[in-house]
Parts: sequence; C-alpha cells; structure tokens
Amino acid sequence: MSLIHFDAMRLPDHCQELRKEVRAFLESEIAAGTFDPDRPEVGAKNADEFSRRVGAKGWIGMTWPKKYGGQERSFLERYVVTEEMRIANAPVRRFFVADRQSGPTLIRYAHENIKQDVLPRIIRGELFFCIGMSEPNSGSDLFAASTKATKTNGGWLINGTKVWTSSAHIADYMIGLFRTSGSTRENRRHGLTSFLVDMKTPGIACRPIGQMSGQRDFNEVVFQDAFIPDDHVIGEVDGAWKQATSELAYERSGPERFLETYDALLALTNAAGATPDVRVTVGIGRLVAQLHTLRRMSVSVAGMLEAGREPVVEAAIVKDLGTVWEQGLPHRVRELASLLDLEDDEEDAFRNKLDFELKIAPKLTIQGGTTEVLRGIIARGLGLR
Amino acid sequence: MSASETLVVETAARVLADLADPQTIVQKRDDAWKAPLWSSLQEVGLDLAWASETAGGAGASLGDGFGIVREAGRAALGVPLAETLLAGWLLDRAGLTAPGGPMTVAPVRPKDHLTLDKTGRVNGQARMVPFASDVEHLVVLANGDEGPSIALVRMADCKLKPGKSLASDARDTVEFANVLPVHRARQKESGAREKDVLLLMGAAVRAQQIAGALERILELSVLYSQQRVAFEKPISKFQAIQHSLARLGGEVAAAASAAASAADTIANTSFDDDAALLEIAAAKIRCSEAAEVGTGIAHQVHGAIGFTDEHILHRFTLRLLSWRDEFGDETFWSLKLGELITARGARELWPLLASR
Repeated sequence: MSLIHFDAMRLPDHCQELRKEVRAFLESEIAAGTFDPDRPEVGAKNADEFSRRVGAKGWIGMTWPKKYGGQERSFLERYVVTEEMRIANAPVRRFFVADRQSGPTLIRYAHENIKQDVLPRIIRGELFFCIGMSEPNSGSDLFAASTKATKTNGGWLINGTKVWTSSAHIADYMIGLFRTSGSTRENRRHGLTSFLVDMKTPGIACRPIGQMSGQRDFNEVVFQDAFIPDDHVIGEVDGAWKQATSELAYERSGPERFLETYDALLALTNAAGATPDVRVTVGIGRLVAQLHTLRRMSVSVAGMLEAGREPVVEAAIVKDLGTVWEQGLPHRVRELASLLDLEDDEEDAFRNKLDFELKIAPKLTIQGGTTEVLRGIIARGLGLR
Repeated sequence: MSASETLVVETAARVLADLADPQTIVQKRDDAWKAPLWSSLQEVGLDLAWASETAGGAGASLGDGFGIVREAGRAALGVPLAETLLAGWLLDRAGLTAPGGPMTVAPVRPKDHLTLDKTGRVNGQARMVPFASDVEHLVVLANGDEGPSIALVRMADCKLKPGKSLASDARDTVEFANVLPVHRARQKESGAREKDVLLLMGAAVRAQQIAGALERILELSVLYSQQRVAFEKPISKFQAIQHSLARLGGEVAAAASAAASAADTIANTSFDDDAALLEIAAAKIRCSEAAEVGTGIAHQVHGAIGFTDEHILHRFTLRLLSWRDEFGDETFWSLKLGELITARGARELWPLLASR
C-alpha cells in the first residue's frame, strides 16, 4: 500500500541473551587491557589476538553456512554482536570488513576451493580484508574503473592503481574490481570483474595517504604485473555489475551507519550530569529521539534481511539518514558544550573527544556509497528513474 | 499484524476513501460530507474501536486502533475520529461506558491542568481542545486528592471559547467551573505515569496521523512530479527533484518507523516502563521534525498549484503542522526524554536504546 515500509521489528529474547554474553566478553577484554573504550583513536595493542578470541566465540561469520565453519545464526544475532562491539569501541577493523561484506560476497560468487580455504580462516579471525574499488578517476562511478586484469597463462596480470583503500597496508586479502574488457555501447557497466587478491602477491605496493583526522588508514595500492590465479575470479568475468547491488544492503544498513560518532553524545550526556541547563537537557532528548528512530529503522532492515528479502531501498534510506545524522552529531554537541560546567581537565578530555569526532565526520557521508548515490537509489525505488 | 487487524484497517481505509476523499472535500467547500461519514464510521464501529464491547465499543486491539488513526492521517481527516478513539480508550481505562456520538479529550496541552474537587466537580481550563465545538461529550483527565480520575463531561455544562487550528479545524478553549461529570472513575491500572496517560497516548496517536499524512503527500508528490512537464520533460527526471523526493522518502520512513514502534510499545509495555517514554517521546519528536521537512519538500515539488485552495495538498500540510503542537510538542518531549536520560546517567543510555 505505502511506497516505503518498515515493520516495528523487535530483537527476540535470545538476541538479548547473546547481548549479555557479548558485553561480558568485552568487559573482560577491557579489564585485560586489550583496548580502551574511551580512546578508540589510539587503536588497540593486541587487535590480532582480539580477533582470534572473537573468532573463537563464534562471532565472526556467524550467519554463514556450517560447512565453512559458520554457525548459520540469524542476522538479528549478528546485529546485536555488531552494535555491542561498535558501542564499546572494540578493535573490530581486522575482521569487520570480511564479516560484513567480503565473506558474503565469497559465499555467493567464489570458487568452492577458495571458499573452503578462505572462509574458515576469516571465521577464526585470522584474515584481514580490504576493498579495492576507488581509483584516481573512479569513485562513486565504479564502472569507470580502469585498473586492468589481462588474461595470461593460468590467471590474470593486474596493472594500475587503487586509491583511498582503507587498511590495504595491513590486509591479507583484497576484493578488487578490475577491468577485463572494455564497456560496450549497450552496457557501460560491462567489462569489470571481481577478484580475490592475496596482498602478499609480488607486484603489489602500498603507499600511505595521510588523512585529515590524523588516522593512518588510507592507501594508494599500485599493481605492476601482479599475478592472480584463475580460481581467484569471483563470479562472472566481465559481469561484476550483476553482483554489485545485492551485497550493499548488508553494508548500508548496519548500526555502524549511525553510531560512528556516538561517543560525542555519550560525552555530552556524561558531562551534563543529572541536572544540566535546560537547553542541554532538551538537546540531549532530541538527539536521543533521533538516534532511537534510526536504530529502530536499522533493526527493521535486519529483520528484512533475516526474512530473506533484499531491502536495497530501505537500506539506502537507513544509510542516508544515519550518516547525515552521525555527521551532524558532533556539531550539535558542540553547540551545547558552552552550556556545560566543566573543570579544566574535564573540559580538555571533552574537547579532545569532540575534536576527534569533528575530524572524522566529513567522511561519513562518502564511504560505502555517497549521499548522492544513495538518494539516486531511493529515487529509483520511488519509481522516478 | 493479524488478519483481523488488517480487516479493520482496510474497512477504515474504504470508508474514508468513499466518504472523506480530500479531492471531493476541497471541491464542495461545505461540511455536507461529515454527517454521512460519521454515521458510516459508527455503523462499522470504527469510532469506538478502543472501547471494550461492554462499554459500548468495538473492543478492537490497540494495533487496530492505531491502524485506523493512520488511515485518518492518510485522509487528512478534519473530524474527531482520532479524538473519539482516544476518548473511548480513556473511558475504557476507567471502566466507564461511552455515550455514542463524536467525543473529544482534554487537556491536550501539558501546561493545562484540570482538578476534581471533593464533591466530584471538575474545575480548570483547557486550551486548544480539538473539535470541542463539534461534540456533545468530552472525556477529561482531572486530578483530585486521590490522584487522577477520568470523567465523562457534557460540553453543554462547560463554557466554550471558539478557536481554530492552522487547518481551520476547531481548537477551542474549554472552561470548567464546578462541572458535575456524567460519570467518573479512577483508572483500573494505577502507576507513576497515571496522570500522563492522555498526553502519552495522544502523542502516539498524533504521531500515527502525521506518519499517515506524510505517506500520502509522498505519493502525491511522486505522482505530480511524473505528470508535470517543465523544460520539455517530466520534472521527476531532474536529479534535483529526485534527490528532494528521496529526502522526503527518508523522512516518511523515519516518521512511519517511529510511530509504528511507539504504537507497538503501547500495545506490549506498561506506560511506567522507561522504554514507553523513550518510544513515545521519540515518535512525537521525530514525526514532528519529518512534518516540517516533508511538507516543505512536497510544496517545493508541487510549485504554485500546491499553494492554492483548490488543490488538496494544503489539507495535509496544515494538519501535519498543527498536529505537532498537540499532546506535547518537540520541545516538551525533548525535555521529558532528556530528563529521563540525564537522570538515568550516561552509562545507562545505550542499555535503554538497545533494550528496544
């Protein structure tokens, strides 16, 4: 009946039981000094070991088939694990990309021997993935990618450059999009192929690209005759465009799409105390109302995924609203900060936190599908394209 | 949603489409449609869906009632269907019988308070009471020495100062001077938020109306953009229009999600639970925000025609904007929610959100 529909989905009781288990695990990791939830910007000392312990808990690839080491648990259970990890600022970078998108892509499109080799290692928390999409002249327009894969005996030779590739310098594998033939007059999306790339392959060089947030994460990845075996092709040669959209629903609707700057709200609420200036109270109430609504929408999309639907438009809506909101959040907090009554050292800690969130905010509406791309998808869903 | 709920909501949609079509209403420019609509609503029991059968109502579920209210929003309905549902719900909480006919409720503003004296008479003033001049009875929540009571009052026993909403629906000031109610009783369930139940339930109802009306203006705007040709093509083909409508779609989705979540919470949780305050406050705040952004985009897409009185868009716009003010506006609910969050402390914020 209506053009857009979100059910009032609730997480079932067993998910809330799992939540307790995840919280207890994270508390013990914090107590053991693995990471500091109040200082996510400094990173974790033992992220590798942490990944393996998360893997041992069965919380990586938990929805995946049992035959690859997964647990075939629900998207709703995965949702709970993801949001608790995010809220605690746990060092999930090492496994999260593989858990969220690389693994599901491999399950759908990779060769069986690759699945049997790679998926169990992801699940054990041993493999770190990056995504090779953007190029100097190809960002939102994925189909403009020009880094070439040329057929050779037993495989493919890659030549060209990917840029702004997060974590490429420490990743074990990349799932990259490379040009295997030209686009056609009928279909400009034709000619691109998805590959699994072992980052230790000779002929791959990573150079760091500094970021305005001070983080060391972006890379330029240069390929010079890097050899990729035939069985590392993911899906159809020249037909990657057919594989591109379905996986994005997973990537776009998760809790990480509106909780990225949650610490700013937490710091504000903490600094406000029990009886703040009424303007601060009103400000907190309004932000919490907006956050709660985003989370309810996101849980609803998790329910649609669990039901086997492909909520591409709904996921795009969650990411559009969620990233615009989390981008604005540190600015809203800043507007209220002058009304807080803080001691000098409290003020310094609060400002440091806020500065970090203000610095990361501009990227949030770009990564994983820009606001403009998302609104195009929503417009198509409304029947306008 | 069960099959029977769907049937009730479908019936509401059909009756409203047949007898309260906005296009017909703006063309006729009179109130002749209201009487046949009301008798039809009464005939199928939609007006008292929330009153139990023993109290003269239809005894429908809370979900059904919220579904009816949403349909009323989709029609930008200017008769007291939502208010009569609310009145029936209040009467039912106190085990009182509904008199029949349209009713309204008071107070709808957080600052207005009615009192019940020792002799059982109601005193005080309630402003912006919806459709007070169009009904014979109103149901009030009034505070006495024993706590809040629910009372059925005859409008004829009160003094009325007429007023209008943005949409020119009656929003009247009602003065109660030693008014003896027809019936009165305490609520069957007591609790810490007993005195706030009308504001809480009313806010959830207005959120549903806003969500329904926003859904409809999205449909109207999409359709209009596909029909209206400018610069030699339908304006729906311009990226600027597509992105505006995508934003409208996002606001509609947020409003519908927030309203549905609050309705689901009321159906399954006590008002005393902090989660109920979170859900209802969030719904009223977020729906009201969506009303501002959504009506702005709908008008921008429609251009000048949407501003004329012969077009139906204004019936939606003006009600959407006025519903924001009733049963607590964004600032009121932000304050209530902010007080809850700061009293619980920063560490308890995430656990509350995650419990939903």
